Amino acid sequence: MRKQIEGSRAMAEAVGLCRPEVICAYPITPQTHIVEGLGEMVRTGEIKNCEFINVESEFAALSVAIGASAAGARAYTATASQGLLFMAEAVYNASGLGLPIVMTLGNRAIGAPINIWNDHSDAMAVCDSGWMQLFAETNQEAADLHIQAFRLAEELSMPVMVCVDGFILTHAVERVDVPEQADVDAYLPPYEPVQVLDPNDPISIGAMVGPDAFTEVRYLQHYKQTLALRLIPEYAAEFKKKFGRDSGGLLRTYHTEDAELIVVAMGSVNGTIKDTIDEMRADGLKVGLVTLVSFRPFPTTALREKLVRTRNVVVIEKSLAVGMGGPLANNVDLALRNVAGAPQVHSVIAGLGGRPITRASLHRVLRRAFVQPWEGSHFLDLNEEIVAKELHYVRKVRRSGPTAENILRRLGQAAEKAAV
Amino acid sequence: MDATQKLHFYQKGTFTVGNRLVSEEQRSVQASTDRSNALTCGHRACQGCGEALGARYAMDAAMRATGGNVIAVNATGCLEVFTTPYPETSWQTPWLHSLFGNAAAVATGVAAAMRVKGRHEVRALAQGGDGGTTDIGFGCLSGMFERNDDVLYICYDNEAYMNTGVQRSSATPPAARTATTPAMGPQPGNVFGTGKNVPKIAVAHGIPYVATATVADLHDLERKVIKAMGIHGARYLHIHVPCPLGWGAASHDTIRLARLAVECGLFPVFEAEHGVITGCRKIRRQVAVDEYLKPQRRFAHLFTEAGKERIGHLQALADRNIAEYHLVDAEGDG
Repeated sequence: MRKQIEGSRAMAEAVGLCRPEVICAYPITPQTHIVEGLGEMVRTGEIKNCEFINVESEFAALSVAIGASAAGARAYTATASQGLLFMAEAVYNASGLGLPIVMTLGNRAIGAPINIWNDHSDAMAVCDSGWMQLFAETNQEAADLHIQAFRLAEELSMPVMVCVDGFILTHAVERVDVPEQADVDAYLPPYEPVQVLDPNDPISIGAMVGPDAFTEVRYLQHYKQTLALRLIPEYAAEFKKKFGRDSGGLLRTYHTEDAELIVVAMGSVNGTIKDTIDEMRADGLKVGLVTLVSFRPFPTTALREKLVRTRNVVVIEKSLAVGMGGPLANNVDLALRNVAGAPQVHSVIAGLGGRPITRASLHRVLRRAFVQPWEGSHFLDLNEEIVAKELHYVRKVRRSGPTAENILRRLGQAAEKAAV
Repeated sequence: MDATQKLHFYQKGTFTVGNRLVSEEQRSVQASTDRSNALTCGHRACQGCGEALGARYAMDAAMRATGGNVIAVNATGCLEVFTTPYPETSWQTPWLHSLFGNAAAVATGVAAAMRVKGRHEVRALAQGGDGGTTDIGFGCLSGMFERNDDVLYICYDNEAYMNTGVQRSSATPPAARTATTPAMGPQPGNVFGTGKNVPKIAVAHGIPYVATATVADLHDLERKVIKAMGIHGARYLHIHVPCPLGWGAASHDTIRLARLAVECGLFPVFEAEHGVITGCRKIRRQVAVDEYLKPQRRFAHLFTEAGKERIGHLQALADRNIAEYHLVDAEGDG
């Protein structure tokens, strides 16, 4: 049914349609509305036969989900940012044990400095933990991906993280087609665990594994993700057949066929990028876009096929691996490794801590890629004047004080001066 | 489980399992056919391990009380490591090890799953050492208490991080030598701090049942586990389990030390329901703390001229327990 609805509510309703049996909730902005919605639906009986547990931390949230999943229940939780880091040990544990938990990640920056707004630092911090990571572009896709995520997780007995941009998706009210229960039931079979704690058939789970077997266990985790490279498009195709729309898959393309420059990006920023591409094409600039849905598993081959014939690739990402550059750009590089005549890859770090990525800025950086391509990372809309002042100051003064507060003070001074 | 379960060659001739090979009349209590022996074959605990003993009696009692319907969650630690030298496992129950600090929360998840599946007969039991309970797992433990989740949590308290090589925990007694509180300097051994009395903290949560127990009184321990399994909601059992390796004590002194800890007053044995203490085990023959401390090398530095005053401080702690829990009857008959 089509509704004008907040993204978080749409995701909560989609999760509810998946008949979760244990939901663990701990609040963190911007994920709160999702678990609030689920809590309400469990109270009203809209979600039946479900335990909604208010836990004392994110570490406990995922730990409760681990216990529930190992005991054979379909388990769900949601988090963001600091919460994901607080549960990091359990994140690795859930995937290492092969438990098909689904978790929403309301993507948010990681502090310090504390920041509640959107970027992808949190997802990147655990991208190699063994969880599959799917990124939603719209609220429709955010809702749909949850339904596909349970199917994928349970087929492979591996956990899936559905990554949705904090505020931009979670708090945006827009039209979403929320599926019907009967259709979801037909798409998502009941959870049939591959391992379960049961007194009638006692097994031990979680034994110490030494050098003799650890590599094999890890390899099989990796192998399962390579299987997901086949399953993700298969489930997206089946989803389209049943629900009539494109959601999910490994990646999507926009005007890539004749493109001389292809942008690669993940999440909600793809809408802005598509608008920018339309305008640039009207000016005769042949720009295309690859929207990456699956970051883990990383669709190396599929991505290479889309990029290999173009001249330049610009990776726009909301994350920074400090001391290295853009982690997504690094992964895109990998897709083009050892390819003769491969395009140049240019990295753009954008939208950190919620800074808006505007069409004007995208025009500037993409036009520059045609005429004056760069090496290393380009920080979109970096305030170079403030940075230069701060660098000058810390060179002069040993006790220069906290960086974040210095920058804020300089911004305040600049604003005051402008007002006079 | 019955007495016909498969035995491994190295178990034959031991008192625990091997005597199941002899006729029923000749068997020890441990090997009787009505015990589930939930924790049995192939474990690698040290000789005289108090934790292995405590865990076996606790788990067997829980199995008896529930008709074998127990799912156990184990924190990282000695018990976890020495019971699952895969491909062998010592557990005859469904058993899950997740992390060091989350056993209480994982057990909450197990209990929730059983409730939602309508399997009300299956009960969740979480267990860990003092490090996994009073330190790193304390947040999850308190959360489970506060929500009154249907979990029995058992702490096997051997008073330090034994699995990693005897480092101090918040359950380490004052003056005890550990690898991180060496017997050196003007204040040798662990500090005389304010302490962290987790059984009392559990009582303060107002949960349905809290008890302490010791491997010196296994019938009392079993009774408490059975009682706990007859109650729904959050329950906490804190078992004092001497560690020959960490305490520097003889393997054959485990039970003796557990008994002396109670009889000197340093480890009060009590029960509480819904935030109120309902019973204490009286001291039958009160002993001075020296008698308990002396056989343990972790306290050897106290038995010098300089240590006398510190033994006095420990005696004061024991006396405080005796007064607080009324461990010795005024009439003096104990």
